Amino acid sequence: MAEVFIYPATSLILSDLVARFGHKPLGTALSVRERIQTAGLDSPPLEMTPDDAKKGLRWAAVEVPSGVRGRMSLFGPLIDRAEAAIIVRNPDFAFGCMGCARTDELVEFLVKQKKIPILELDYPADEEEGIIFVRRVKEFLTGLGGSS
Amino acid sequence: MKEETVRIAQLSCGPEYSGVQKEIYTAAEAVGAEVFFPDLSLSDIRRNFRDFGLDVKSGDLKLAIARAVALVEGSAEADAVFIASCFRCAEAAIVRNELRRYIHEHSRLPVVSYSFTERTTSGTLLTRMEALTTIARRRALLARERQTGLTMGVDSGSSTTKAVIMQDNEIIGTGWRPTTEVLTSADEVISLALEEAGVTREDLDAVGTTGYGRFLIGERIGADLIQEELTVNSKGAVFLADCQHGPSTVIDIGGMDNKAISVLDGIPGTFTMGGICAGASGRFLEMTAKRLGVDITELGPLAMKGMGEDVPMNSYCIVFGTQSLVNALAEGHSKENVAAAACHSVAEQVFEQQLQEIDIKEPVVMVGGTSLIQGLVRAMGNLLQTEIVVPHHSQYIGSVGAALLSSGFVEKS
Repeated sequence: MAEVFIYPATSLILSDLVARFGHKPLGTALSVRERIQTAGLDSPPLEMTPDDAKKGLRWAAVEVPSGVRGRMSLFGPLIDRAEAAIIVRNPDFAFGCMGCARTDELVEFLVKQKKIPILELDYPADEEEGIIFVRRVKEFLTGLGGSS
Repeated sequence: MKEETVRIAQLSCGPEYSGVQKEIYTAAEAVGAEVFFPDLSLSDIRRNFRDFGLDVKSGDLKLAIARAVALVEGSAEADAVFIASCFRCAEAAIVRNELRRYIHEHSRLPVVSYSFTERTTSGTLLTRMEALTTIARRRALLARERQTGLTMGVDSGSSTTKAVIMQDNEIIGTGWRPTTEVLTSADEVISLALEEAGVTREDLDAVGTTGYGRFLIGERIGADLIQEELTVNSKGAVFLADCQHGPSTVIDIGGMDNKAISVLDGIPGTFTMGGICAGASGRFLEMTAKRLGVDITELGPLAMKGMGEDVPMNSYCIVFGTQSLVNALAEGHSKENVAAAACHSVAEQVFEQQLQEIDIKEPVVMVGGTSLIQGLVRAMGNLLQTEIVVPHHSQYIGSVGAALLSSGFVEKS
């Protein structure tokens, strides 16, 4: 069983797929919502404090916006633990969407720095692409030695 | 009577992950307001974002844009709008600016925007939130154009304390003192103003306070109106400059912070408050006057005689500004040129840091003590390419606004 970092970290579908194939998903999965009543699309699970933005200094310098650093205090430890990663680009809001594109860029870069197995995918535009998408995720996860 | 809760729609990116969402709630609660997030469906977000046409990448900025469109179109209702995003994020700065302009142009909702760091506290946000709630709650009072009865306004600023007595739309007494101990300074200026007006405290029909010490003084003297300086100063400015109808822009370069307010019919629409460093405030000019060995009242005329273009000066930071000042004098530049350069530098900082955040509409009215420094007014006029209006009694703007607005309580009492 591998610890697999998923991005968007909020994606319940990705989290579920990783768990189904016998691995441990590393993310902050949110249940799928049709309405957004929170401050952000990926509002944090618990109330964060200004100290979290300071903890994020381990992954991003002080000149980086505080929102990015606060996010890194949450995702940075997950990236540190990750043995593999799945990154989905341009996901739909319903699939799981992160609030900050600058964090997306930094997270993707840091994951690649780790030299771990990474599956990068574009979000599927139609059903056919969706089937290929799931097949590739399955192949990747199976290749990591999880259950089929 | 308990005032109705003002509902402030928050359009933001990053406050939760910066750990400052709680500070925003606290500031709003302190002024009897409630911050909420307009409820949108995912399909509304997709449609509104696409229709707005600004193709940003961050999900929360897309959400902020969609919420702004919902507010303007009326599918979401609010009394005021607070736009906030991380300091130093270029993508968010573009969205903040465009949303502020969009809401200002397409609705009557008051808007304030702010870029925060994890160090932002509720105290920093308080005056902005108070101004938002005042505009939403007291629109009728702010629409007041004439002062009636016998009223007094007290403005407790960071550098100076001022008082004005008004009767039947005329200023009949003024008092001015540097701020030392807040209550003592207030007592002094009140005595001066009453003496000049030839009236007593008991004769007054109503009293208003504004500025940093407004709560302390207001409670002590039993003020009818205690109101932040953004709305009060705008009102005082358009009253004295006789531009109560139509658009105008009010610039107040204060001792500690600066205000730039875009006003329509005497009511602020968008405004900014702050300044990165004292280098962009009246403090730097006070320091310049001291270094040149002249009184602050002489700095303006001195600057008018000088040409600042040849003197390199950048007061982005007051320490660097002081260094430029010392270097300029050491290089043999004249006092006049150095004074002109200092005025230009302060005007430039305000122009670059704050005036970009509001829509400048003529007439541009400069108020506050620094508006008496002619060199600063000239520098600002050159930067904005417009004739700046400095009304009479411009240094008493807050007190005049407070006296005018407090007369709204005369009829009530």
